[in-house]
Amino acid sequence: MPEQLVFAMEVFLNGLMAGVLYALVALGFVLIYKASGIFNYAQGVMALFAALTLVGIMEGQVPFAHLINAMLGTEIHHFGWHVPGVLAILFTMAVMVGLAWIVNTLIFRHLVNQEPIILFMATIGLAYFLEGFGDIMWGADIKKLDVGLPQGINLWIDETTFNIFDYGFFIDNLDIVATVVAALLVCALVIFAQYTKQGRAMRAVADDHQAALSVGISLNFIWVMVWSVAGFVALVAGIMWGTKSGVQFSLSLIALKALPVLMLGGFTSIPGAIVGGLIIGVGEKLFEFGFGPMLGGATENWFAYVLALIFLVFRPQGLFGEKIIERV
Amino acid sequence: MKKTLITAAVAAMVATGPALADLTIVDTSYRTGPYAANGIPFSDGYQDYFTLLNERDGGIGGEKINIVECETGYNTEKGVECYEATKGEGALVYQPLSTGITYQLIPKATADGIPLHTMGYGRTSAKNGAVFKYVFNYPANYWDGASLAVSHILEQNGGDISGKKIALVYHNSAYGKEPIRTLEELSKKHGFELSLLPVDHPGQEQKSQWLQIRREKPDNVLMWGWGVMNQVAIQEAVNIRFPMENFIGIWWSGSENDVKAAGDKANGYKALTFHNLGSDYPVYADIQQYVVDAGKAAGAGDQVGTVLYNRGMYAAMLASEAIKTAQEIHGVSDITSQQMRDGMEALEMTEAKMEAIGLPNFGPEFKVSCENHGGNGFGAVSQWDAAAGEFKLITEYYQSDQDVIQPLVEEDSAAFASENGIEPGC
Repeated sequence: MPEQLVFAMEVFLNGLMAGVLYALVALGFVLIYKASGIFNYAQGVMALFAALTLVGIMEGQVPFAHLINAMLGTEIHHFGWHVPGVLAILFTMAVMVGLAWIVNTLIFRHLVNQEPIILFMATIGLAYFLEGFGDIMWGADIKKLDVGLPQGINLWIDETTFNIFDYGFFIDNLDIVATVVAALLVCALVIFAQYTKQGRAMRAVADDHQAALSVGISLNFIWVMVWSVAGFVALVAGIMWGTKSGVQFSLSLIALKALPVLMLGGFTSIPGAIVGGLIIGVGEKLFEFGFGPMLGGATENWFAYVLALIFLVFRPQGLFGEKIIERV
Repeated sequence: MKKTLITAAVAAMVATGPALADLTIVDTSYRTGPYAANGIPFSDGYQDYFTLLNERDGGIGGEKINIVECETGYNTEKGVECYEATKGEGALVYQPLSTGITYQLIPKATADGIPLHTMGYGRTSAKNGAVFKYVFNYPANYWDGASLAVSHILEQNGGDISGKKIALVYHNSAYGKEPIRTLEELSKKHGFELSLLPVDHPGQEQKSQWLQIRREKPDNVLMWGWGVMNQVAIQEAVNIRFPMENFIGIWWSGSENDVKAAGDKANGYKALTFHNLGSDYPVYADIQQYVVDAGKAAGAGDQVGTVLYNRGMYAAMLASEAIKTAQEIHGVSDITSQQMRDGMEALEMTEAKMEAIGLPNFGPEFKVSCENHGGNGFGAVSQWDAAAGEFKLITEYYQSDQDVIQPLVEEDSAAFASENGIEPGC
């Protein structure tokens, strides 16, 4: 087999894996948009906040330590204990549920039936607040996140492909874990949305707030639930990306990777987020591999948007989005 | 009655207002945003050194130092706003701490007569003081960095790297592209093959670049990164099992923050530096006593001795030495920004001077002049020791290849002078 084709196959597989990581971020956007029509600008910051909280709990860090020390003249930074990863994830989930309740109670319940642009602007405010709040709560230093996920080259794939192609493929163990987690997450979310009472209520709210209210569905409960689930998805994304680069404030920028995925997959489809992520991941990696050297490299960021725009021209609602026809 | 009240109010304001200081230093810091983890230690070091001089020595030459901090968030627009908002306070010098902000401030600061010190960043050809009268980039610049890295590889290979492959992984911005020209020249001179691998901002996803490195198997990888790009690159290098001792970062890719995420596997990673590391210097005892223990530290006091804290402190030390020089030249203690410029242009850093300050062998010796605002291009290589949890110097300070760099400085600064109608001269 030609060498370039073998290399392209490796790039293709890595593109799929990268796409899964993009899809993990996009899923959070989809969940909230699907249930409330809100494009949540704060989703990237939620991933950052969740990861910061997780590391803080694991390391036994005292929240708001700098503030407390500055006000009281104390010197406390750590509780002196370490919390196991699984337990810390559960505690972090509780924090994200609390955050969802606060966000809904203080912001979005007062904005029911407002224009989408008003809701969008509220999430911009939320994003900046949450970023500053996370800074004050946990500090701005880069934190190593280790919940026991494997990282580095998968030796089995390396050896197997070497025996077949005389060239061992590089696949990161972390990406494999992310793929499995994403698959489980999507299955769980689809089952939840289709087959549970709360899931059906969520879809009803997504279709029409007023109609859902008239049949006794609690809008507040549904929104808190959806923001909690989005918080959980943000936590998963934060763990995967934070394990790669450490938990730091640029983690919030991973939202940029989700936008072309949403444009391509549609804002309302959970499978769309996954398929969109895979197409963007593979597309940008193969384009960089094939044309990057001719174009000076670094094509991935812009090519992802070009790819999304091409799909938009033919399917404005995205691959799996709902086509909305408004009759006058 | 009314007059009495007004007089009382004014008197109260004067009594409770900040003490007026004569030497104003603006710290354009970034303690928030994606790059805060790097901005905080630098700013802490920068401010703590001036605080030390105030608390221990009563300032410089009898004049207290007034530190004005302005948050830029590492954002160019905010950086320019900071400059505009604070220049009227009598700022003696600006350390913009961003290549983007530097490029915006060069014409403004030149027009306002306020010097910029862009230490190890900014526009490299600003080394030519005959063109850039108000810009100083001592003790080293990016082109020095590129040459120092290649010199180190040469030394590791017995002086012959012809036929070797060197890859540059760089932030796809003006900053990241700075070393390319020099590396191309060095590639011609030494016969190595150079491949360029740009990474788009912010650099969280670099799979394509590292797969390419894995396929092409370069002998050495150089990195011009910043922020999350550094951590991801080092992690990806670990993932593909690239030999860490053959991976060299510029000084902005060589702090504890950059290797933390990769953990022990980053052991052996190298980075350039133009100042020394650690806290085993007499001045740190004074910082602890007069600043940290006295509760006057700019931050939490937990960054003392880190690479970026040391860099901030080194920048402050060079600024304070330039102030002393300006005071000596002009015979006044309350100097202006124009006089500060003269002090910077006459600055000479010797080992004796650094030892007297309590920082022996902390930086290279250099002398600034009108023709040379960039120092002598000396730097050293540091290496991450994961077991000890610190970067350690593994070479002495050595000089970059001035035969290659000086013509490039002349060429680029001449082009700038021509574009901007500047008549070079000293």
